[in-house]
Amino acid sequence: MAGRPGGGAKGLDAAAKAWQAAASVLDPEVPCVTIADLGILRSVEIESGVAVAKVTPTYSGCPAVLAIELSVEAALRGAGFDARVERVISPAWTTDWITAEGREKLRAFGIAPPEKAANSVRALFGETIVHCPKCGSENTSRVSEFGSTACKALYRCNSCREPFDYFKCI
Amino acid sequence: MAAPGIPTADREKLLEFLLRLADDHLILGHRLSEWCGHAPMLEEDLAMPNMALDLIGQARALYAYAAEVEGEGRTEDDFAYLRREREYRNCLLAERPNGDFAHTMLRQLTFAAFMEPMWRAMTASSDATLAGIAAKAVKEVAYHIRHAGEWVVRLGDGTEESARRMKAAAEELAPYVGELFETDEVTEAMAAAGVAPDPASLRQEFDRTIGAVFVEAGLAIPAAPWAQSGGRHGRHGEAMGYLLADLQYMQRTYPGAVW
Ligand SMILES: [Zn+2]
Repeated sequence: MAGRPGGGAKGLDAAAKAWQAAASVLDPEVPCVTIADLGILRSVEIESGVAVAKVTPTYSGCPAVLAIELSVEAALRGAGFDARVERVISPAWTTDWITAEGREKLRAFGIAPPEKAANSVRALFGETIVHCPKCGSENTSRVSEFGSTACKALYRCNSCREPFDYFKCI
Repeated sequence: MAAPGIPTADREKLLEFLLRLADDHLILGHRLSEWCGHAPMLEEDLAMPNMALDLIGQARALYAYAAEVEGEGRTEDDFAYLRREREYRNCLLAERPNGDFAHTMLRQLTFAAFMEPMWRAMTASSDATLAGIAAKAVKEVAYHIRHAGEWVVRLGDGTEESARRMKAAAEELAPYVGELFETDEVTEAMAAAGVAPDPASLRQEFDRTIGAVFVEAGLAIPAAPWAQSGGRHGRHGEAMGYLLADLQYMQRTYPGAVW
């Protein structure tokens, strides 16, 4: 079974320990959050003595995918496991999988977390209301749809004048 | 693992379909990447490689799946870098040279307006791997429509010079639109198996999307004097060879090079 912390059986303890090791890996491009915060670490299971972590890519072209997979493998080995990482494509990751804690960490870091309900149909020229991560104002404007990494867009707060990154909603 | 609902006899058609789709995305992604360092402003210099990354990432997932479907030990890199020109199955639109910024943005809008309903339908594909790839891509392509659409409006409804360039782009790209919606035994097999929609069925929605943008941009949709075709069967334009020389250079010079 997926090794979220907890449980009493010996196998489960190992799985929980492996989960903890893998879950501590930071996102290389947004290093204020772990891959567990982002919801891209799907499960860690012990299969015949090997810790198998399932990881899902965020964006199709995310150049960090390989780095993340290697870090997870290294973290598991560091915790004393033989390890394997598998890439899972379906079901596709959405920003709705970012945990509440992850969203809070993003905000504290100065990145506006994605607005919820990624699956709602977006009007062609519709604007999303993005809240400023510094002052909370709704009065923000988009500078560029595409930012410093594939997952971010560039915004500016019209109230406190801060420029900030918005974690794009997909 | 491959494609429930696809009898083994149709494996070849599934492979052909995957390569068409993957090649569209790789070649257009490569074109966009050519703008890196040359875009008219910093935001666009970030935007175009970002869109290129989306497209190349989608291509990678499709090539990896194609390799699995083929089952002959080829890898995504073999498909991307080590085929000859006549083996590429991309639509001619994707390989069109960048031209000016108006040209690039209209090419992007055109392709994205075609792919958006395609990916959306494929989120319910009978093929689970394709459904997973589509679920991600459909959201990414929505950004491309919005981004390119806004530029087409801004330029079409901009200065005399920008409007002239956008109009010229519309006329030059018009012959390459029809090929996107071509139907043949491959697309028919995919539609019959519930893998992907018949491209012809997407035309109405495509016309609606493009129509809405063109109205706002003050542009007329030019009548295509003829429809250029051949990419799906490996017959490409002159520009394709130069593109591949650039794209394949590293693997041809240092065979097997890896990161
Ligand atoms: Zn603010």
